[in-house]
Amino acid sequence: MSRLRIGAGSAWWGDRIEPAKLNAERGDLDYLCFETMAEATVSAAQVRKRRDPSFPGYDTYLDDRMKAVLPGCLKRGTKIISNQGWINPDGAAQRIVELLREHGAKRKKVAAVSGSLITDRIAKLGGTILESGAQVASIAPEIISAEAYLGAEPIVEALRQGADIVITGRVADPSLFLAPMMHEFGWRADDFDRLGAGSGLGHLLECGAQVTGGYFADPGFKDVPDPWDLAFPIAEVEADGSAVIAKVAGTGGAINAMTVKEQMLYEVHDPANYITPDVVVDFTTAALEQVGPDRMRVSNIGGKPRTPTLKVSMGCMEGFIGEDMFFYAGPGALRRAQLAKRILEERFRIVDLKTDDLRIDFLGLNAIHGEATPKDAPEPYEVAVRVAARCRTREEALKVGREIDGMAVSGVGMTGKRVPHQDRAREIIGVWSTLVPREAVPPAITRYES
Amino acid sequence: MQGTLQVKLERVAHVRSGDKGNTSNIAVIAYCDEFYPLLKEQLTAARFKAFYRGAIKGDVTRYEADNLAALNFVAEGALGGGVSRSLSLDNYGKALSAAILGFDIEVPEQYSNLLRGG
Repeated sequence: MSRLRIGAGSAWWGDRIEPAKLNAERGDLDYLCFETMAEATVSAAQVRKRRDPSFPGYDTYLDDRMKAVLPGCLKRGTKIISNQGWINPDGAAQRIVELLREHGAKRKKVAAVSGSLITDRIAKLGGTILESGAQVASIAPEIISAEAYLGAEPIVEALRQGADIVITGRVADPSLFLAPMMHEFGWRADDFDRLGAGSGLGHLLECGAQVTGGYFADPGFKDVPDPWDLAFPIAEVEADGSAVIAKVAGTGGAINAMTVKEQMLYEVHDPANYITPDVVVDFTTAALEQVGPDRMRVSNIGGKPRTPTLKVSMGCMEGFIGEDMFFYAGPGALRRAQLAKRILEERFRIVDLKTDDLRIDFLGLNAIHGEATPKDAPEPYEVAVRVAARCRTREEALKVGREIDGMAVSGVGMTGKRVPHQDRAREIIGVWSTLVPREAVPPAITRYES
Repeated sequence: MQGTLQVKLERVAHVRSGDKGNTSNIAVIAYCDEFYPLLKEQLTAARFKAFYRGAIKGDVTRYEADNLAALNFVAEGALGGGVSRSLSLDNYGKALSAAILGFDIEVPEQYSNLLRGG
């Protein structure tokens, strides 16, 4: 294949579905790739599964996404790669087989890539926690889920076996996009120049609209046409690993040097050493060129040999966050909010609220930037007092909402209050990371057919 | 001899923040090549950390991507213990990058026509 067209179908679980459908129908794609997992997705799915055995364990939008894109993909012959399998890639693959049959598609091959879940053996594999330096064994009893970030290789193998759709559990985001390049261009797993280039492109695509004008507009400084109608990106990839980043014509948004640079550095630490399971990517050699309206050519992203380890995310139950807010407006809003804060601090002392952390913010003044808020920030016309506490137990976290209920009739003058809502204490799944030898995580591929 | 203008960073550079655990990275990207040396010289890691006035609990490391005319600041301990533990409403720190747009930058007057906005 001389040129490969790879499109993005989602950047996270809650992403819009219509741009995926648009890419499937009008993107003329060889591959459509979906990224749907955040750091705590797997742990949250494990907790849900434990409480609700009927939860299938894969992306709750699997049906919506597949029903939106299958007609376009089947018509064009577009292959799909997706990490919507979460904790049950096989279940997701079986559900996709059913959906394929409903669409009258016979003898389509669906592969499930599993093996990333290593909860049962993480304590034995040991190692240190990257964030704290403590031993993994020290948090072993609290671990709900441990999953390694697999690379592109098992997806490449599934494609080699003829899969039309590959559905995975935890896989590093760029690897979902690198895999079709390796498969179609025949790049070897130790061709680190090409793998670096391909993973770099994957990094540009994995956040969907973040490279096509989303998470970008700033009126008067960085304007975006029709920002309500953003498309997801498409990479036209050459065999040397260079590409043009583009989108379906007639959509809103923008692709230019600014959008590409912002996404290139998004969630990156050292831009010369961006570590993925497949390769260490070097963005500091990349060259960008605008080659047409909303068309950016990206070339010369570099690559260095991969590390001997895989990153593992470990989710732990770490208690509950109790949270609520109430409101002030008009002249003097801030001084009333400040008295309300003082009352709450005393109330929390009186009811002996036990917290690991507590915040009382003035939304409209300092709730978002916290201590970074300038001392001379202007006084707002409206203020929400927003309270959050991290506690060990649900009972303790619920005290926050109970005290805020009390502010309705026992608080400050002219207090605005919302109806007490349910679920004011939410469970915290804290995420820690460690490294394990890559040999310790053998992937598995299961094949299905419609 | 030409003088200099003092402007807010927002007229010179654009920003995006990303999260990994309790670490936020904030990319500061010059609007044009002329501005990049000004960023390199004036927006040091120490000044960056000081400008966040205590919101960044750990170290700040500055990486330079000359090919992108961009600096990437990696701020440890900036996300309230990590995305899932954070008590911040913006627990991913997606809006955290915007604070640095208020940093004062000295710009040679000859570049005044290159400034954005304002």
